[in-house]
Amino acid sequence: MKTTYRTAVHDALRDALRDDARVVLMGEDVGRYGGTYAASKGLLEEFGPERVRDTPLSELGFVGIGIGAALNGLRPIVEVMTVNFSLLALDQIVNTAAALRHMSGGQFSVPLVVRMATGAGRQLAAQHSHSLEPWYAHIPGIKVVAPATVEDAYGMLGPALADPDPVVIFEHVQLYNTSTDIEALGPTDISRAAVRRGGNDVTVVAYGGSLWKALDAANELLLAGIDCEVIDLRVLRPLDDDTILESVRKTHRLVVIDEAWRSGSLAAEVTARVVEGAFYDLDAPVARVCSAEVPMPYAKHLEQAALPQVPKIVAAVQNLFGDRQ
Amino acid sequence: MPSLGSDMDEGTLNEWLVKPGDNVTRGQIVAVVETTKAAVEIECWQEGTVGELLVPVGETVQVGTALAALLAPGERTEKRRRVAARSRSSTSAATEPVAAPSSAPAAAVTPRGAPGRRRWVSPAARRLAQSLHVDIDAVSGTGPQGSVIISDVEHAAAILEHVAAAEKPTTKPKSKPTAAERAVQMRKSIAAAMSRSKREIPHYYLTDEIVLENALAWLTTRNAQRSIDERVLPAVLLLKAVGIAAQRFAEFNGFWRDDGFQPTTGVHVGVGISLRGGGLVAPAIHDVPDKKLDELMDDLTDLVARARSFSLRSSEMSDPTITVTNLGDQGVDAVFGVIYPPQVAIVGFGRPAQRVCIIDGGIRIVTIVQATLAADHRASDGHRGALFLAAINELLQQPDLLEK
Repeated sequence: MKTTYRTAVHDALRDALRDDARVVLMGEDVGRYGGTYAASKGLLEEFGPERVRDTPLSELGFVGIGIGAALNGLRPIVEVMTVNFSLLALDQIVNTAAALRHMSGGQFSVPLVVRMATGAGRQLAAQHSHSLEPWYAHIPGIKVVAPATVEDAYGMLGPALADPDPVVIFEHVQLYNTSTDIEALGPTDISRAAVRRGGNDVTVVAYGGSLWKALDAANELLLAGIDCEVIDLRVLRPLDDDTILESVRKTHRLVVIDEAWRSGSLAAEVTARVVEGAFYDLDAPVARVCSAEVPMPYAKHLEQAALPQVPKIVAAVQNLFGDRQ
Repeated sequence: MPSLGSDMDEGTLNEWLVKPGDNVTRGQIVAVVETTKAAVEIECWQEGTVGELLVPVGETVQVGTALAALLAPGERTEKRRRVAARSRSSTSAATEPVAAPSSAPAAAVTPRGAPGRRRWVSPAARRLAQSLHVDIDAVSGTGPQGSVIISDVEHAAAILEHVAAAEKPTTKPKSKPTAAERAVQMRKSIAAAMSRSKREIPHYYLTDEIVLENALAWLTTRNAQRSIDERVLPAVLLLKAVGIAAQRFAEFNGFWRDDGFQPTTGVHVGVGISLRGGGLVAPAIHDVPDKKLDELMDDLTDLVARARSFSLRSSEMSDPTITVTNLGDQGVDAVFGVIYPPQVAIVGFGRPAQRVCIIDGGIRIVTIVQATLAADHRASDGHRGALFLAAINELLQQPDLLEK
């Protein structure tokens, strides 16, 4: 049966609310409206306003309430409409949620889950389309995950709720309508990257919405005789160095795909770790395919031109093969 | 390493017939290469001076590998590093002439980019070179921006190994294959070419019964005036007829390549020659329509002798544009050939036999031969095929036209 990413997120929320009375869901429009991306449709009716709560338009306020609830024994899931808006709650997440365990000498933990949409492609312009997850991946004290598959869209929420520390989940807006044939959904881990496609010639690292572009590019490159290994990061913090390094030691080449801007990005971090950990295994310079360094344009053609696309990935990979091409 | 047939992937350099400093002329035989089918003399198609031999005797290399560097007339010999660039075999490179002009490999040695900068060597290649004791400065790069990469070092190491093996007096360089080894290899390459043919080429078959009375009578008269070694065999008449017909029907003369038919201007007829000990080759007699019967007879005799002693030339192996197979000696009535790719047609002749025929309303006993055409339906249709066979028939009814 085909299951969409949206349904998987919805079912994960419903199952979490059903299985643990401490779980509450809150955020802008999550209740009566059913969620900006319809991920919480019907949950207010099913679980009531005590468990599913619409909040005022104040990210600073309702993320702070989530932290307080977590400190006092609940397992709150806070939805922030997009990562751009989450900047208003950055103080709560970075200065409070991430720091409390360490500042209290381990007396307090904050078992909070923050979900937010990220990424471009829907013509929502420069205040709703950015990929700011590398900023969160910079912060010690929180875990950052980015489900790219339907399995992970469902499977990551359970382990995130079970984690004693804050976990931030990034759902790429272009993924909600994607679907996969799945028998049954279950929990997946939130510790390792996944090799989504085995290959021998070059390691292509991607995450979130870029994973599918990387896989499409890999299929195209196979026709040109280049066998790509595609790694889905899944967990943006802490990064799974072992999976990446093991792959690069085999393929000797690395291309990183990241919808965020290149400067100070996760692509930069992955690149640096590979150069630190597998320098003598590299047979070509590392390449990156990231978004153009502009606030995301509104016009469709400009937005598409600013984003990593399959032809750009194909070209970046081919460029690492010199005369062989 | 030139491609000497669509089934050839690699060849072994048996012998160099030139050395650095020698001047070579167009068409000169410069080396002997062992393929699965024969030891083939390699011709050079450029004038110049031999700069450097890049592949040592005994080494087996891929089709498309540069065998030697050739300096253009007037170009100065420069000290070049020993390990040369190799061009990875690709379909286009496969048909390149044997010796690349020296500028190409020389450019590969000099890294592209800013002059005077440090050579680019990938970290992995540098480490591998150290462990294999390869001098990294002597390795030319084929990686991005001309950098030296792992595969370049591996290639250089393989060449060093060959050189070391060749220098050791106790170990002989790879000896010539025995007849049995050659037979096994040849079976393999025939299997590969014929499987490809039947897999890819939609064959269609036509037959035509050709009355040979006129041709044989004409030939008997012609031969009667000559000594035995000047006589021409009927097979030569058949070859010439096919050659002239192929010139008129261009869609049977050429190659199917890259999803399209490429006609060729010259008609080079491949002649199926079975070898003692099994197997066969089909080397070309060049420009058949332009040659006199006596010349063709000489060419055929020479070709059969050399094929059977395994010493053919590269152009003979790679040039046939259409093939003729003649199984008349074996006593079969007709032969339905399998096209040798990338050619698009093969004409077969069976055994000339006496038959009772009705000719001009009378019953006569005449000699006939079954001519067959197996052709590639991608390149031609049956209608044209029938006309092509009819043209061969018609030419054989007017043997004067074949003399020229």
